[in-house]
Amino acid sequence: MEIGGSSSILGPLMSTSTLEAVSAARWRIAISLTIAMMVVYFGFVLLVAFNKPLLGAIVTRGLSLGMLLGALVILVAWVLTWAYVRWANTHYDVSLQNLRERR
Amino acid sequence: MTSALGEPNAIAITFFLVFILLSLGITVWASRKTRTAEHFYAAGRSVTALQNGLALAGDYMSAASFLGIAGLVATSGFDGLIYSIGWLVGWPIVMFLIAEPLRNLGRYTFADVLAARLRQTPIRIAASIGALAVIAFYLIAQMVGAGNLIRLLFGLPYEAAVVIVGGVMLAYVLFGGMIATTWVQIVKAVMLLGGATLLALLVLGRFGFNPLALFARASEMYGAGVLSPGRLVTDPIDAVSLGLALMLGTAGLPHILMRFYTVPDARTARTSVGYATAFIGFFYLLTFVLGFGAMVIIGRDAITGIDAGGNMAAPLLAEGVGGTPFLGFISAVAFATILAVVAGLTLSGAATLSHDLWVNVVRGAKADQREQLVVARAATVLLAIVSIVLGIAFKGQNVAYMVGLAFAIAASANFPALVLSIFWKRLTTAGAQSSMIIGTVAALSLIYLSPTIQIDILHNSSAWFPLRNPGIVSIPLSFVVAIVVSLLRPVSSEAQRFTELERQLHLGIEIVDEPAVQ
Repeated sequence: MEIGGSSSILGPLMSTSTLEAVSAARWRIAISLTIAMMVVYFGFVLLVAFNKPLLGAIVTRGLSLGMLLGALVILVAWVLTWAYVRWANTHYDVSLQNLRERR
Repeated sequence: MTSALGEPNAIAITFFLVFILLSLGITVWASRKTRTAEHFYAAGRSVTALQNGLALAGDYMSAASFLGIAGLVATSGFDGLIYSIGWLVGWPIVMFLIAEPLRNLGRYTFADVLAARLRQTPIRIAASIGALAVIAFYLIAQMVGAGNLIRLLFGLPYEAAVVIVGGVMLAYVLFGGMIATTWVQIVKAVMLLGGATLLALLVLGRFGFNPLALFARASEMYGAGVLSPGRLVTDPIDAVSLGLALMLGTAGLPHILMRFYTVPDARTARTSVGYATAFIGFFYLLTFVLGFGAMVIIGRDAITGIDAGGNMAAPLLAEGVGGTPFLGFISAVAFATILAVVAGLTLSGAATLSHDLWVNVVRGAKADQREQLVVARAATVLLAIVSIVLGIAFKGQNVAYMVGLAFAIAASANFPALVLSIFWKRLTTAGAQSSMIIGTVAALSLIYLSPTIQIDILHNSSAWFPLRNPGIVSIPLSFVVAIVVSLLRPVSSEAQRFTELERQLHLGIEIVDEPAVQ
């Protein structure tokens, strides 16, 4: 058992390197990030649909809460994508390399 | 203000001719390199991550997103942003769920992934129905858009514009295949990102490079309402339904999925989605600025006076801040955008017709390279003719709903079967097949029964189906059908096949006995 990057919350997920373990970790990461993206996006859509006055509230001159949150949704999409690439480059790829070598 | 828009504009025509010559030059170069089906469909799998990121962005940033969203923001403010955001959030989903397994399991089309573990003939036929439906509606919307835009931008007759777009696109795809199409997308993406950035900088320059000053000016001129949600989203269920289709549809668009086969491996595919997400997100942030810039600098009445839908907001803004030369450049960018998108769509349609239907269903995968290329090119010519004919047939009709329809079918027909085939062991051929067919039929019939067709187009007094966007019904329906049908009649050999493919899903096709690279 190797534990890579235990300071990262994603680290322990890749602690074993059997195909099943790699597959399970990949699936867990994929589904968690997908759910995170959906919660953020549909949270925004539901606010647009149900609480228009709140989103129309002015945060500062020229900026409504809705526009700020909209820009944040784009930012979250970037951050989640970046987080996945980082996880895949540092953990997933290493496990895949182990699998290749052990064949 | 008077505008040079719609008059034959020497600068626009010059820029446009330069783009055409450059892209045809690329096509000639690419045609020499296109010798096998792998070149024609997948550019020899030699595209780099950055190149593919740009090409994905190029395929995705259609005229609808450039001119349409800028226009929507210019005329309705905040509401236009709902679309930009919806169109971006599909990309992380492509990354997490689709890109790498797709690259590892398939060869040319997304149906390859399904066919790798399920029965070839039924699965490819069902997948082709969904793919061709998406491509057809997307193509019609682009061709009609091309005809209208080019008439507005250059003063060319509608039919001539449609024939030019169809003809030039045919040249790219027919001779240069995926290599030419990829490079046309890259050139177009760089032009579009560069043009939009320059335009945004020219706008922001008038507001001390502070976007908030621009938005504040917009709310002074048109009321604080432009910064808050308005009339576009009235029904919460419809809003979620639209959001689902925009988000999951992206992960089911055949011409986007096909791009992942042009890179050498899954790692490159992954990095390329990262680039694409960055470029597309940046572009949609720019549309905030362009839309509000047009609202303030050009004015709503001037924009809707030229085109009621607001589609000319970005070109008018270019003229307003950069004069006729910049109008010419942005018009040429818009034309290039349409050309590149229809080329990508046609190539993926040709791959479906020739690779999925002819080679694998009709010929039982026994076609040699020469035959594959001949059939692929014949399919390209057929699709170009069909798209020109449909473009002219739909002249003057309201086709704005067709892009939404394409996303709804992609999300309902292609996405569920694809994602289940990647992640769910017990999926069966019958399950995937019924999911894809029911997804297509449900999306199509619910749109037909919706207010969009019944009230807006057929002018009936009421619509049977209350929502304008079918996604919230058709996407879950498609998942449920796949799962229920698969569980009712389990096929142990197909579950076994999934286990066998698990290694390939993560590692790709391995060359056995190759020493490990240290």
